[in-house]
Amino acid sequence: MLVEIDNLSIAFPSPTGDSLAVRGVSLKLGAEKLGIVGESGSGKSLTARSILKLLPPQAKVAADRLTFDGIDVLRAGEATMRGIRGRRAGLIMQDPKFSLNPVMTAGEQIAEAWRAHKKGSQRQARAAAIELLDQVRIRDPKRVAGAYPHELSGGMGQRVMIAMMLAPDPEMLIADEPTSALDATVQAEILRLMEDLVARRGMALILISHDLPLVSHFCDRVAVMYAGRVVEELSAAGLAQATHPYTRGLLDCMPTLSHPKPRLPVLARDPAWLT
Amino acid sequence: MKGRWRSLAATLASVPITLFGLVLVTFLIGRVMPIDPVLAIVGDRAPMDVVERTRLELGLDKPLPVQFAIYVNNLLHGDLGRSVMTSNTVWADIARFFPATLELATLAILMAMLIGVPLGVLAAVRQGTRTDQAIRVICLAGHSVPIFVLALVSLLLFYATLGWAPGPGRQSVAYEDMVTPVTGLLSIDSLIAGDYGAFRDAVAHMLQPAGVLAYFSMAYIARMTRAFMLDALHGEYVTTARAKGLSPLRVIWRHAFGNISVRLVTVIALTYAGLLEGAVVTETVFSWPGLGQYLTVSLLNADMNAVLGATLVVGLTYLVFNLLADALYRLMDPRVR
Amino acid sequence: MSDTPLSLRDWLLTDTPESRRQAAWGRLYRLWRDFRGNGLAMAGLITVILLIVLSLAAPLLATHDPATQNLANRLAKPSAAHWLGTDELGRDVYSRLLFGGRVTLGMVVAVVLLVAPLGLVIGCVAGYVGGAADRILMRVTDVFLAFPRLILALAFVAAIKPGVTSAIAAIALTAWPPYARLARAETLTIRNTDYIAAVRITGASGLRIILRHVVPMCIGSLVVRVTLDMSSIILTAAALGFLGMGAQPPSPEWGSMIATARRFILEQWWVPTIPGIAIFVASLAFNLLGDGLRDVLDPKQR
Repeated sequence: MLVEIDNLSIAFPSPTGDSLAVRGVSLKLGAEKLGIVGESGSGKSLTARSILKLLPPQAKVAADRLTFDGIDVLRAGEATMRGIRGRRAGLIMQDPKFSLNPVMTAGEQIAEAWRAHKKGSQRQARAAAIELLDQVRIRDPKRVAGAYPHELSGGMGQRVMIAMMLAPDPEMLIADEPTSALDATVQAEILRLMEDLVARRGMALILISHDLPLVSHFCDRVAVMYAGRVVEELSAAGLAQATHPYTRGLLDCMPTLSHPKPRLPVLARDPAWLT
Repeated sequence: MKGRWRSLAATLASVPITLFGLVLVTFLIGRVMPIDPVLAIVGDRAPMDVVERTRLELGLDKPLPVQFAIYVNNLLHGDLGRSVMTSNTVWADIARFFPATLELATLAILMAMLIGVPLGVLAAVRQGTRTDQAIRVICLAGHSVPIFVLALVSLLLFYATLGWAPGPGRQSVAYEDMVTPVTGLLSIDSLIAGDYGAFRDAVAHMLQPAGVLAYFSMAYIARMTRAFMLDALHGEYVTTARAKGLSPLRVIWRHAFGNISVRLVTVIALTYAGLLEGAVVTETVFSWPGLGQYLTVSLLNADMNAVLGATLVVGLTYLVFNLLADALYRLMDPRVR
Repeated sequence: MSDTPLSLRDWLLTDTPESRRQAAWGRLYRLWRDFRGNGLAMAGLITVILLIVLSLAAPLLATHDPATQNLANRLAKPSAAHWLGTDELGRDVYSRLLFGGRVTLGMVVAVVLLVAPLGLVIGCVAGYVGGAADRILMRVTDVFLAFPRLILALAFVAAIKPGVTSAIAAIALTAWPPYARLARAETLTIRNTDYIAAVRITGASGLRIILRHVVPMCIGSLVVRVTLDMSSIILTAAALGFLGMGAQPPSPEWGSMIATARRFILEQWWVPTIPGIAIFVASLAFNLLGDGLRDVLDPKQR
């Protein structure tokens, strides 16, 4: 198992006591594609980021087990984590407008990721950056390498982000809503690109999204999160067999062409789901 | 790049208006003052016809707008009038005193920057810890201490009690007039002359007033650095940098600090200009023969030409630094188009 | 109304206030609760209150007449008779310090009362009306911002006549532009929000929008700014006094007390140092208070 999470909880201090953002989540991940689905604030991002220990400093994390390839992430120091981050697991975030450093060129940022984990000269790093930009199917990699993030479109920016995270050849990729900030047409392209690269490199993937059908189409397994818990875990193919009312509710809210409904139902939340 | 130059040009275009306002304000201050400028020149006991003639010579019988036109015209010819106190032209006085202030302010800003920036970064990285609190208190104290009190206490401590620092003034009596002025900056002139004794003396005299002057600026720079850094450290790109497995030092300095450095440069440029204000008081306490002391001495002697000239020059310097800060920002930051 | 008796705290903290007044008080109480947790800010608040009380009660607390000279007992060390010693004319430093607080705080209050409303109105109008009015007003603030504050104040005072009144006028004249700037910036962001659009659609007049919806939104940052500014007003006033351009002797203003006692710094160091400490404490107190207020009222600026 690459990632093992057992009974993870993440809390944030507030004036009225700690508020739990993740409560008792358990997940396992091998060399496969896992989707985590849930609404904003369901704790899906925090769960994924806890694997890399990239949580806000005030977050209080506790778990029976939180390991990456056998390494105890909870007790690992900053040096150990740096060996995992980038080199073994990459993180792609939602909006390249914010996740790319605005005052460094795309090429510099990719080259930096490459050099952080591979021994090589500046020039080799630059060449590698251009090669990586080519791999993420950017037509004019030389020009894009010299461009600043604000000069790139959202789709281009996300390709740069992917190239950057692929630079050290990681075994796992965490994609945190990688297409939510993009136009619908670009979304599909980016997802196809990721699917292709992940398959070709044999990487594990955690795809976080609020889009249930998209995730199920793309992943082997889906975990549905609600209010800090995994309420249901199913194989992507078995989505239709979902039993939890929240998952069912999400599926029912979806308009389909084959079975048109006069009116989409509104999700009825049951306070019992919280316990 | 083209757009960047255009926005800079737009800023430059606003300068003449500000400049005009600057001149108008100093002119008006000069005209509302209760001291009769004629009597200030010819003295109380001059006969009536002399007084009247001087009045006509000065153009004081003409209406205000005409007087203003004359004033502006004189300014354009570099004529700030004559100082009653030194009986030199104000322009010559300022040319003599300005380098001393510039030298002091430059050393002060260097000290403020070298201490303030790392302190601010440290405070931001350690946000909420005791280190942060301590730096906060140091900075708030810097904002709160009157600079003349700091100067007096520093003189008492380092000069009178400990004997570490030389006394007031710009150089020791032994070195007075030994160095031929080239730039007017004693430290540089003594180096040009190859007189290392004079150089050491000049620097030693500068350290104390510059240190006093630097404290306020240091506090301000540290505060701004902290605020900017906190902002930057919460940026998504910092998470990206960490996710890449970079070292904390690299994340902090290359990524977070790299993003604020341009804004910081503008803050420092503005602080530099602000030092002129502190210089007025500091120079008075340390008997530093600079523009600030010139201004206060002229004030106490109601030497209005000198006061207005010095005020105008300070305003101009301020404006130039503001522009410089703006220009730096527009030219250095890749995000500004 | 609920049947169980409410404690005041519950009434304040309720999530469902029944009146506008209750909501407002509740908000104030929450701010106060946050503020109370900040030790430095509380220290600032207590010191400020103490300063105000001491200044108001100066005639009761003073042990001597601040103006009575006693040349036989000049530059005395602190003692039972003169708690903080005497100055170069044998006047009691402690009593002068108390009365000096009145001068300093009086100047601060006067400047703020002159400047804050003026800056607020100018800024809000410039920001809300926009166009030519905005351009002209902002150009004027530019001119005033182009001078270092103290130097412009010095020139003004020199032109009028050194003294407390002209010092107040001069400081006020140099202090208003940042307020106008601040109010304008806030107004610009508020002006384009949807709720202002909503108010406008209901037919509210421009004046009503500015007074009821824009100005209240600016108050928070303005309060922070005023508090922090008080410290710099204290410093400017003291510097003017020190340079002989502010309050004139024999007025016991702290800055001028230092100026007259300055030459004794090496032998009788406490004489100029004590008023120096007073200025520092007053200024620091306002800075601490303002800093704490900013944390509470404007958390995003931390």
